[in-house]
Amino acid sequence: MNELDVKTVGVRGINLHLNGLPKNTNEKHWVIKNPMGQHSIAVGLSAPLQVDINGHVGFYCGGMNAHAELTIHGHAGVGTAENMMSGVVWVKGNSSESAGATGNGGLLVIDGDASSRCGISMKGIDIVVGGNVGHMSAFMGQRGNLVICGDAGDALGDSIYEAHLYVKGKVASLGADCIEKEMRSEHISELERLLKAAKRREKPAEFRRYGSARKLYNFSVDHADAY
Amino acid sequence: MCGIVGLYLKNPKLKPKLGKMFKPMIIEMTNRGPDSAGVAIYRNPVKKAETKFSLAHNDGSYDWKKIDVGLEKALRCDCRIKKIGNHCILVTNAKEPAVVAWLKQHHPEVRVVGSGHTIEIFKETGLPANVYDKFNLDEASGTHMIGHTRMATESAVTTAGSHPFATGADLCLVHNGSLSNHNRLRENLRREGIDFQTENDTEVAAAYMTWKLRSGATLKQALEDGLRDLDGFYTFLVGTADGFAVVRDPIACKHAVMAETDDWVAMATEYRAIAHLPGADDAKIWEPEPSMIYTWGGHA
Repeated sequence: MNELDVKTVGVRGINLHLNGLPKNTNEKHWVIKNPMGQHSIAVGLSAPLQVDINGHVGFYCGGMNAHAELTIHGHAGVGTAENMMSGVVWVKGNSSESAGATGNGGLLVIDGDASSRCGISMKGIDIVVGGNVGHMSAFMGQRGNLVICGDAGDALGDSIYEAHLYVKGKVASLGADCIEKEMRSEHISELERLLKAAKRREKPAEFRRYGSARKLYNFSVDHADAY
Repeated sequence: MCGIVGLYLKNPKLKPKLGKMFKPMIIEMTNRGPDSAGVAIYRNPVKKAETKFSLAHNDGSYDWKKIDVGLEKALRCDCRIKKIGNHCILVTNAKEPAVVAWLKQHHPEVRVVGSGHTIEIFKETGLPANVYDKFNLDEASGTHMIGHTRMATESAVTTAGSHPFATGADLCLVHNGSLSNHNRLRENLRREGIDFQTENDTEVAAAYMTWKLRSGATLKQALEDGLRDLDGFYTFLVGTADGFAVVRDPIACKHAVMAETDDWVAMATEYRAIAHLPGADDAKIWEPEPSMIYTWGGHA
């Protein structure tokens, strides 16, 4: 195990160091101390590292992550794991808004609550939230899965494309063109896989599925008068 | 941009350390607002029959003695003054409206930045660290404090345009965001007899609150009505005599985070401002929900 301290090397020092490691490095396990809510900690990682961040982080932590497995032992600020490509980002506390925004792949787990706009414009990332999500979550979600073990705020899945949404609790309201959909066997097995990966105890049968009615993202000649 | 911070001490033993605990919070928000900074501190309550005014003048060498003497003579009251930077804390047993009217008539260059029993407001252009030092806040003792670092978008960088803005006795407001209907609202409020010192949008929000509270609304009602009448992006932090309140607009894209321990409650635009507080590592941390009014210390 190797240690890096934000207080001594700063955010830039952390990122330069982790990104400077060769892809096949033997120094795989890193612990980051004193994050002090600073922004952009451990962004752009592209080696299969295991990174533990001991404390609360600011904005964009784990952004653009590929291959690395990050664990944030605390609260995560705005835009955690934004545009993640692969790997894992695991938040042990709550997260602020826009977690997993535009994520292309990988797994983001938030043990606590996520705030508004969780998974906004998601493009293939899998997100599992142990608690609630705020309003406008999965807005314009294109691909990937958002699993919500608690409740969802207003306008869930507004203008959604093909992302899959699974909610165990209540949904305050669905956004434009987002509807409840039938839970078929492939969805049960998909959800089972995601819950297991996020070490959740919920059962797939307790969830409802939501997705696109597909009425909004293609031009409909019936709406020609509206333009 | 702009940064807002608030600290409310649950543990009275920490009171002597309020200024020291608050300093790194507001300084951490410097790069969100390097234009101006301001704080409201709640300390040294005056007697029931007295009112404490925070007054400001552009000239740091202004002779406050003439205000003291002039007021005592004109209103047959007792006054005591304490000069702090280019501000002055004036305590008097005269009635609040009479003092405001006298100042307006005889010394229009003196600005009343706050009044009440415990509140003191200090604000000035410049870096937060300089402002903090100028008003000797490091050693300040008190129950709670709110602060603002400003990056001006809606109006000029002036001391008068800095936050906090007073909204009534012991009440003040700091704001991160911008209001889009402040011109129309300002005109409406002028017709209700409310004076304005600047073209600033936050002053309009503060005046709106003042008007609502004057009309008999509770703080909570005033904030709820504000959600309907104030159009724009905002996170508001409102300082009250015994605590503070937080409210965000329904879209809630202006950042806000809150943290609580057994010893304190803190609110900030970004968590890094809170990270310096003792015990922050183990605090309960969450993002306040939109259109939800959070209060500490009662009074709402």
